[in-house]
Amino acid sequence: MSRIVNHVPWLIVAVLGAVSLGTVALARGETINALWVVVAAVCTYLISYRYYSLFIANRVMRLDPNRPTPAARHNDGLDYVPTNQYVLFGHHFAAIAGAGPLVGPVLAAQMGYLPGMLWILAGVVIAGAVQDFMVLFISMRRDGRSLGELIKSELGEIPGVIALFGTFMIMVIILAVLALVVVKALTNSPWGFFTVAATVPIALFMGVYMRFIRPGRIGEISVIGFVLLIGSILMGGQVAQSETLAPLFTLTGIQITWILIGYGFVASVLPVWLLLAPRDYLSTFLKVGTIVVLALCILLVAPPLKMPSVTRFIDGTGPVWSGSLFPFLFITIACGAVSGFHALISSGTTPKMVENEVQARFIGYGGMLTESFVAIMALVAASCIEPGVYFAMNSPPAVLGTTAEAAAQVINNWGFVITPEMIHQMATDVGEVSILSRAGGAPTLAVGMAHIFSELFGGKAMMAFWYHFAILFEALFILTAVDAGTRAGRFMLQDLLGVFFKPLQQTASWAGNLIATALCVAAWGYILYQGVVDPLGGINTFWPLFGISNQMLAGIALILATVVLFKMKRERYAWVTMVPAVWLLICTLTAGVQKVFHANPTVGFLAHAERFSAAAAEGKLLAPATSMEQMRQVIFNDYLDAALASLFVLVVLAVLFFGIRSCLLALRSDRPTAREIPASGVTAGAGD
Amino acid sequence: MGNMSSMRSNLSRFRGLFEQTAKLMVGVPDYDTYVAHMQDRHPDKPVMSYSEFLDNRMGARYGAGKAGCC
Repeated sequence: MSRIVNHVPWLIVAVLGAVSLGTVALARGETINALWVVVAAVCTYLISYRYYSLFIANRVMRLDPNRPTPAARHNDGLDYVPTNQYVLFGHHFAAIAGAGPLVGPVLAAQMGYLPGMLWILAGVVIAGAVQDFMVLFISMRRDGRSLGELIKSELGEIPGVIALFGTFMIMVIILAVLALVVVKALTNSPWGFFTVAATVPIALFMGVYMRFIRPGRIGEISVIGFVLLIGSILMGGQVAQSETLAPLFTLTGIQITWILIGYGFVASVLPVWLLLAPRDYLSTFLKVGTIVVLALCILLVAPPLKMPSVTRFIDGTGPVWSGSLFPFLFITIACGAVSGFHALISSGTTPKMVENEVQARFIGYGGMLTESFVAIMALVAASCIEPGVYFAMNSPPAVLGTTAEAAAQVINNWGFVITPEMIHQMATDVGEVSILSRAGGAPTLAVGMAHIFSELFGGKAMMAFWYHFAILFEALFILTAVDAGTRAGRFMLQDLLGVFFKPLQQTASWAGNLIATALCVAAWGYILYQGVVDPLGGINTFWPLFGISNQMLAGIALILATVVLFKMKRERYAWVTMVPAVWLLICTLTAGVQKVFHANPTVGFLAHAERFSAAAAEGKLLAPATSMEQMRQVIFNDYLDAALASLFVLVVLAVLFFGIRSCLLALRSDRPTAREIPASGVTAGAGD
Repeated sequence: MGNMSSMRSNLSRFRGLFEQTAKLMVGVPDYDTYVAHMQDRHPDKPVMSYSEFLDNRMGARYGAGKAGCC
C-alpha cells in the first residue's frame, strides 16, 4: 500500500507535465506563455529522472554502493578525490554546458518552437542523459579512463585510433564554428568588439594579480574581474558613440577572423596562469551565474512566445539553415538533446572524483537534464522576440539583401509582419548600427535575453546594456573554449603525429609545440575563414557539419556502451543504448550523405560545386566569388567539405563494424568479458 | 541557543560547499582535503604549498588530453 502511495506525487507531476505539453502542442495560432514550455520540460525531467534513470541505475548498471570508486582506490588529493555529490555536480555541469545548448535551439526556432522543444525533451531523456550516465559509469568502473582508451580496451586497437582521429576532426570543426559565432556577433559592432577585446587586458591583470600580488585568491580576483567587465560594457557604449574611437573598433568579419586566428595562436602558447586560467575563471562564473539568473528571470517575467509553434519552414526551405526537418532538426540541436562531447567530459575528471557509485546517476543523468533545461531557455528566449526580427537577424544577406527595406519586404512575403522601422528601432534599442543577418545564435539570444532582463531591470533604457552583456557572456566562454580547445587539439595532434615522427610527441619541446599549435590554428582558422566569406553566412553551411560530427561522436559513445552491456552479459537491457544509437546513426548518416550528395546546391556540397563549375566553364562569376581564382577556391572548398562529411560517415561506419563484431563475440562467450576493475578493489592498470 | 549554533554551523557548511563548488568548477579541488590526505596517508612526503598546489592543478586542467565544452 505504502509503495503505491509513494508514487502519488509523481503521478501529479506526470499529469501536470502532460497538461502543459498538451497545451503547448495543441496551441494553433494563439500565443501561449513560455511558462507552459518550462513546466512541461521540468515535469518531463523529474519523471524521467525518478523512473528511467533509476531503472538504468538499478537494473541495467546495477550500481553498487559498496564498490570502491576510482576516487576511493587512488585517492591522491589531486586528480582522484572523493567529492561531495553536489560539489561534483556543479563541476560536471560547468564542464558540459557551453555554447552548444544556447546556439542550436536558437537556429532550430526557424521551424517554430514546437519541433525543437519536442526533440530536446525526447532526445535528452532517451539519448543524451543516457549517454552521459553510461559513459560515466563505464569510465568509473575502469579507473576513470578516457573515451579513447575505453574504446581501445573494449573494441580494439584499430577502432581506438579511428575514434581518436575522429575526435580531433570534430574538435577542429567545433572550434571553427564557435569562433564563427563570435565573428558574426562582433562584425561592425564597435561596442561588442571593444567589450570583448577588453577581456584580454582584464584577464592579463587578473593573472598577474593572482601570481604576484595576492597569490591564489580566486574568489577575490574573480569579483574584481567581474566589476572590470561591467565597466568595460559601460565604456563600450561610450566608445560606440565616440566619433574618433568607434571607427577603430568597427571591424569587418575578415579582420576579426585574422585577429582571432592570431589571438588563438598566442593564447594557447602563453603560460596558462597569465591568460587562459583567469579567462576561464571569468567565463565559467559568468556563464553559470547568467544561466541561473536567466532561469529566474524567465520564471518572473513569464514572456509570451511570439514565434508560431510550427512555421512553414518545416518543409526545408528555411533561410537560417537548409535541409528538411528530418534529419536536419536532429542535427541542428545537438547539445541540450544529445552531445557526443559530453562523452569526453564524462570520461575525464568527473569519474575520478565520484564518492559513491550510486551518485553517478545524479551527476551523469541529472547533469545532462540540467543542460537540456539551458537549451529550453535558449529556445524560449529566441521565441519570445518578434518572428520578423528573428528572421531579419538570422537570414543570410544572399536572401535578405543588405537594407532594412529589402529585408522587410522579403520577410513580409514569408508571412511575418515587420517594417523597416521596426528593424531600425531594434538596432537602436540594442545600441547597434544594424541587426541584419547576424546568424549564429548569439545575437538573437542576446536580443531575447535583453528583452527578458530589461522587463525586470531598467526597461528599454537598459536594453543596449543587457544586449552587450549577453554578447560578452557568450563570446567570453566561446573564446575560452577556443583557447583551451586549441591547446587540447595541439596535444592530441602531437600524440597523433608522434606515431609517425617521434620527436613531435615531446610536449615540452618548443618546436613541436609551435608546429602543432600552428597546424591546429590553421585547421580551424581555414574553416572559419571560409565560413566568414560564405554568401550564405557560413553558419548555414557549417553548423550542420558540426552537428553531424558531434552527434556521430555520441553515436560512437553509445556503440561503446552497447558493447559493454553485451560484454557484461546484460544484453537483455542493451536496448537502453541501442535505441538512441540507432536513431543517431540514422540521423547522422542520412544527414552526412545528404550534405555530400543532395541535388539541392544549398544542401549538397557536390551539387554546389557542380553549379560553380558549370558557371566557371561558361566564364561566369557567382557570388561571393569576384574572380575566377575565387571561383576555383569555392569549388575546392566544396570538395573539401564533402570529403570531411564523408570522412565522418566512414569513421562512424568503421566503429559500428567493430562494435557489432565485439557484441557478437561477447554473445558467443559464456561468461562476462567486460574489462572492469573487479569489485574486490584489487588495483590494476592506470593510477598510482 | 543550541538551535542558533546549529543553524550557524549549517550556514558555514553551506558556505564551504558553495566555495568548493565554485573552485572545482575552474578545476581547483579542495586544498585542505589534499593536505589532510597527505598528512594521513603519506606523512613522509613533502606537502605542496597552496601556490604550488594551484600551479599543479592548472597544469592538469590545461594540459594534455583535456577537451573543452560544447
